[in-house]
Amino acid sequence: MTHKSIRIGALARVEGEGSLLVRARDGRVTDVELNIYEPPRFFEALLRGRAHTEPPDITARICGICPVAYQMSACQAIESACGAEVTGPLRDLRLLLYYGEWIESHALHIHLLHAPDFLGYDSGVAMAADHRPVLERGLALKKAGNELVAALGGRAIHPVNVRVGGFYRVPARTELAPVAERLRHARDQALATVEWVAGFDFPDVEHDYRFLALSHPAEYAILSGSISVSDGTAFAASDWPAHIVEEQVPRSTALHARLDGSTGYLVGALARYALNAHLLSPLARSAASDAGLGPVCRNPFRSIVVRAVEILHACDEALRIIEDYTEPDAPSVPVEPRPGVGHGVSEAPRGTLYHRYRIDDTGLIAEADIVPPTSQNQARIEMDLRHLVEPRLDLPRGELAALCERTVRNHDPCISCSAHFLDLRLDR
Amino acid sequence: MHEQVVIGIGNELRGDDAAGLQVARLLRGVLPPEVPVVENGGDPAELIEAWTGAGLAIVIDTVLSGAPPGTVRRCTVLGPAASSRGAHQTAPALRHGSSHALGIADAVALGRILRRLPRELALYTVEGADFGLGAPVTPAVKHAVGKLAETVADLVRPERAR
Repeated sequence: MTHKSIRIGALARVEGEGSLLVRARDGRVTDVELNIYEPPRFFEALLRGRAHTEPPDITARICGICPVAYQMSACQAIESACGAEVTGPLRDLRLLLYYGEWIESHALHIHLLHAPDFLGYDSGVAMAADHRPVLERGLALKKAGNELVAALGGRAIHPVNVRVGGFYRVPARTELAPVAERLRHARDQALATVEWVAGFDFPDVEHDYRFLALSHPAEYAILSGSISVSDGTAFAASDWPAHIVEEQVPRSTALHARLDGSTGYLVGALARYALNAHLLSPLARSAASDAGLGPVCRNPFRSIVVRAVEILHACDEALRIIEDYTEPDAPSVPVEPRPGVGHGVSEAPRGTLYHRYRIDDTGLIAEADIVPPTSQNQARIEMDLRHLVEPRLDLPRGELAALCERTVRNHDPCISCSAHFLDLRLDR
Repeated sequence: MHEQVVIGIGNELRGDDAAGLQVARLLRGVLPPEVPVVENGGDPAELIEAWTGAGLAIVIDTVLSGAPPGTVRRCTVLGPAASSRGAHQTAPALRHGSSHALGIADAVALGRILRRLPRELALYTVEGADFGLGAPVTPAVKHAVGKLAETVADLVRPERAR
């Protein structure tokens, strides 16, 4: 019997902390365990007994990278429980805010966290020394996203202007003009980014993914819609609990999600692209085609290209919304608390984010349930690792460990959302 | 472009991690209007953005190093008073763990490569004790926050702010 082990103290360039263990015996991978601590269950407990207006601000603190996603899913869940709906220019402003977050988050992941994998650097900082103009472009893109979030949310990180029912204050058309100017430059930079990442050398790997993403009849869905699965099924946000079941796994304090009884479905950029690419803006669709992306991309290493395409789409759509924007009559619609259950789903940069709240007869939160994208992807990341590692067990230890890290980073896990701390051990 | 900038880093929902933010809030409206007071949730790109072009950047963050809770330390990371280590290596105070992919040390390293560092960078750290979700700031850290706000206010010299 042969038994090998590799340990890596800390997995770099992921958001948050966790640990990873891979065990192999006699040329077969026997165990892959992505372990996560500090799941947002604590936040769910923190929400109990709070007013129905509080979840957007409290859950935004789950993550510094995607607070808008938490705010949007929370707002929509509360609004659905209270029988309210945000439409028209207020919904457009929510979309605009969300596009800002996508630009920020994807620009950071592409330039500082993911690209070093393809160019042979240990970190984004090391890469910057040789690729300064590219890093400058990445930071400029991120700044455009930050400015968009700040214009709508009051500040770039943890926006304070979002409320259940809409916003505390909405911008005048003139206030959005300088943001649009920046976004026009960002759109050019996003196109250049798509061309840049499309030229990377991608490992020849494809997985038979079962994709899940939000779908909307008229939009590359980000804010609302029904939930679509690549096997052709679809369900409403309110049916989420009937389809997605979370289960405890002994090795982790985070939960694993099952879709209709099966583990290992994928959410995120690849899933959105597979299910909704036909609804990308014409410019983004054309860039995707020029970058060699077919109608579906099953190579997780190419997710960096899809994220770049999504930045381009976000810039394009944000500009369209600003162009068409008319100031709403009021910055929010009234949302009065009433007993009931509400569900909210939106597409965080890393994938589908579900919130459910039960409001009691005193108008306070009685139950909260949050299913972040990374905990949905945990099992699938483990499957990716298993498929990738097993045929390559003879690789030198360092090379195999690096490949494992890249495999995790392909899915841009935000472990801060689902947990904390990632540290990798390979036992083979 | 500002001659001086004050940046408080932290997460107000993680107990003592809020110290940097609380110092920033105490200073808002107290410092001369030409000195921006920035709250940062841990985004290194935003840090670089905030201090680019500044003569002096004062950064306040919480650390966990084993010192008694509320201990305040100053580390001159960049500038005439910086140690020789400060110029090209990561100062020990910068190496504390970050809950995100990049921390202050990365921001300094990246800022150096991109030539977007302040002329002087003073990092004040407050030793935290409790980083629990939803935990209040502990009394020792709260006391340190008040004292540190006074220190920073004294440091922001009006003649430099002009």
